[in-house]
Amino acid sequence: MSESSIERFIPAQQLDEALGQSEPAASYSLYERRQHIYVREVAGRFQRLRRITNWILVLGFLVLPWIPWEGRPAVWFDLPGRAFHIFSVTFYPQEFMLLSWLLIICAFGLFFITAFAGRAWCGYSCPQSVWTFLFIWVEHRIEGSRHRRIKRDKSCWNLDKLWRKASKHFLWLLISLTTGVTIIGYFTPMADLIPSLVHFDVNGWTGFWVGFFVLFTYLNAGWLREQVCLYMCPYARFQAVMFDRDTLTVSYDQHRGEPRGKHKAHFHETKPGGSCIDCELCVQVCPTGIDIRDGLQYQCIDCAACIDACDSVMDKLGQPRGLVRYTTENALHGQPSRLLRPRLLGYLALLLVMSGVFFYHLASRTPLDIDLKRDRGSLYQTLNDGRIANAYALTVRNLDNRDHRYVIEASGIEGLQIDSDSILVPAGESRQRVLTLSLDPVRLTTPSTDIRLNVHAQDMPSIMVEQESRFIGATP
Amino acid sequence: MTAYWSDALSGFWSGWIIIITLGSIAFAFWLLVANRKTDTQPKADGQVSTTGHGADGIEEYDNPLPRWWFFLYIATVIFALTYLVLYPGLGNFTGLLGWTQEDQWEQEVADAEARYAPIFERYQQIPIPELSRDSDAMQVAERIFLNNCAICHGSNAKGGNGFPNLTDDDWLYGGQPEQIVTTLTQGRRGMMPPWKQLGEDNIENLTQYLLSLSGSADDEQKAQQGKTLYTSTCIGCHGPDATGNQALGAPNLSDDIWLYRAPGQSVADSVRQTLNEGRKGHMPAQAAYIGEQRVHLVAAYVYGLSRHDGQQAH
Repeated sequence: MSESSIERFIPAQQLDEALGQSEPAASYSLYERRQHIYVREVAGRFQRLRRITNWILVLGFLVLPWIPWEGRPAVWFDLPGRAFHIFSVTFYPQEFMLLSWLLIICAFGLFFITAFAGRAWCGYSCPQSVWTFLFIWVEHRIEGSRHRRIKRDKSCWNLDKLWRKASKHFLWLLISLTTGVTIIGYFTPMADLIPSLVHFDVNGWTGFWVGFFVLFTYLNAGWLREQVCLYMCPYARFQAVMFDRDTLTVSYDQHRGEPRGKHKAHFHETKPGGSCIDCELCVQVCPTGIDIRDGLQYQCIDCAACIDACDSVMDKLGQPRGLVRYTTENALHGQPSRLLRPRLLGYLALLLVMSGVFFYHLASRTPLDIDLKRDRGSLYQTLNDGRIANAYALTVRNLDNRDHRYVIEASGIEGLQIDSDSILVPAGESRQRVLTLSLDPVRLTTPSTDIRLNVHAQDMPSIMVEQESRFIGATP
Repeated sequence: MTAYWSDALSGFWSGWIIIITLGSIAFAFWLLVANRKTDTQPKADGQVSTTGHGADGIEEYDNPLPRWWFFLYIATVIFALTYLVLYPGLGNFTGLLGWTQEDQWEQEVADAEARYAPIFERYQQIPIPELSRDSDAMQVAERIFLNNCAICHGSNAKGGNGFPNLTDDDWLYGGQPEQIVTTLTQGRRGMMPPWKQLGEDNIENLTQYLLSLSGSADDEQKAQQGKTLYTSTCIGCHGPDATGNQALGAPNLSDDIWLYRAPGQSVADSVRQTLNEGRKGHMPAQAAYIGEQRVHLVAAYVYGLSRHDGQQAH
């Protein structure tokens, strides 16, 4: 730890002034009441970047379930049908490996971003932050600026306070409802979901999950906010592992800023004090309620609100920007700092490898899956004509989005006969067929012979899967 | 009344579980409440209080927990107690709701039965020969067959050693719809008595005679002697021309279909073994397991196997 840093969710002095109270000093609770954080709005280049990113993400999220595609939604996680439709591709539970690779890629993407720029994911892309900022924006429009909100919360209830609070919560719930319905829209097509919600004849589970997401959107973004990032989010707990002294983080430049002072109206090149004028704007704009000047803290979500706030102050004072800036710990201490370091390149290499594997899987995937099991009941059967037969259960799953007739061929022993040569499987379904392979015993040289079953689509021979099995029979 | 696992608990162990369960909850609750307050003052600004735990120079802060966590804990305690009152969990106490896994299972079975009943009822009305040509019905029937019959008769119904092949036209008890239904409903018991007392030579002669019926005897002379013995001994069940008797389930001995033949065993050895030791065949009654409606479907399936070249209309 570079600096001592007691957690201060809000400058104590200011809070006491605001709330006009102080804790009794007899005994202290180990379960502390949450101090509400009043986030001040700030404008600046990073906030613009964050807003644009957030809007793209939110709009993408809202629009995707509505896009029609080949007679169904473009993105549709059809749980009862056990099929994930993503544009022209359909995935089935058998292709679980792809999902695993995708999640591994997401994990390494997160590792890479963390090593590169700390909790940048949290500040710019995490749904928890995105919705929280959205809710704060609504709050600001209705209840006014930070200062007004603190005052109003302190004041007695009156009509003005009542309607502002009521309309704020109403709007929050409206956003939550939109969010909840949209999330469920990924699982139940909008064309069915919306009418059923409007007519209140939605089925039990669908209704439950809509309600669930509405409630938790409202609670998480409206009430819990930074608590999710501080106490619930597992990523927050292990992100520090991926940090090093060359990680870009939002940092306060102590050498330039200290000692602080409010008395600096005019600056000279040879000033006695530091650049920081202790205006506390950086604390007021922080959505997690920390003071960036206490040094690196795990609560910091890299949203750069304090950078924008400080830059605006420095601009007014005619000082150069960057008293608070994205920089690395090494750079802060005047040591050489390299962004392209083994750790980052390692994560990048792994990320590329995983992505390569994923896309190779995706490109080379055959939309057909078969499962061949030898009957366990008997070793072999002797048919009336003296031939020897083995029974197999063959399951053919058509993972394509068109019906196919599949040709079944067995090979491995000369003269092997199969009692069924093709099977019709509708798109996305599976069919089971009992196969009997039979053979004149004179062909057999060993009690157990490896055989190979080839299943391919009649109209597209490239859709082909082979599986090995055994043919058991006594040599004559 | 089904036997529940908790019936196996004596009063002592039941009490043991109750005490441990409730004790754990009480302890967790006490721990939570007892640590709610502290007299240790928060240190002045700039000094950090730690728990004293350290590793590699990294120390653990002693920061207070958020209060909503405290209430979340309380909620879990309330949930646990409510659950234990309503559902089984405290030793032999079965819970106020009377919920059991068996009831749950029976309920689901009943739900499934209710859902599929109309389908089975519709099939029940269709005569077996006609039903055997209905490919939808036969898909259902095939699944029932695979789940209940394939373990002995094989997935392809071609049987095996001691289990009849259902796809050929050779029937032990008859292949008419009502006979198949009877076989499925009541089961069958085949009994071939042992004839060891005839002596080794006679057994050999009989064996050669039986092999000669399907044209694979090694010794014509013995076969001739065996014929005499057959007429005096076996004719009662297997008939004068050895074509068997479906009323008794006595197999046809004049064809080349052998019900008993272990893997790797020659037909002659198998026949000798049958004559020496006798055979006991047992087809279990299925009505109790799968019910009349499914029996009807499976009967149609089996009926169809030997009449459509062993191939269903897929």
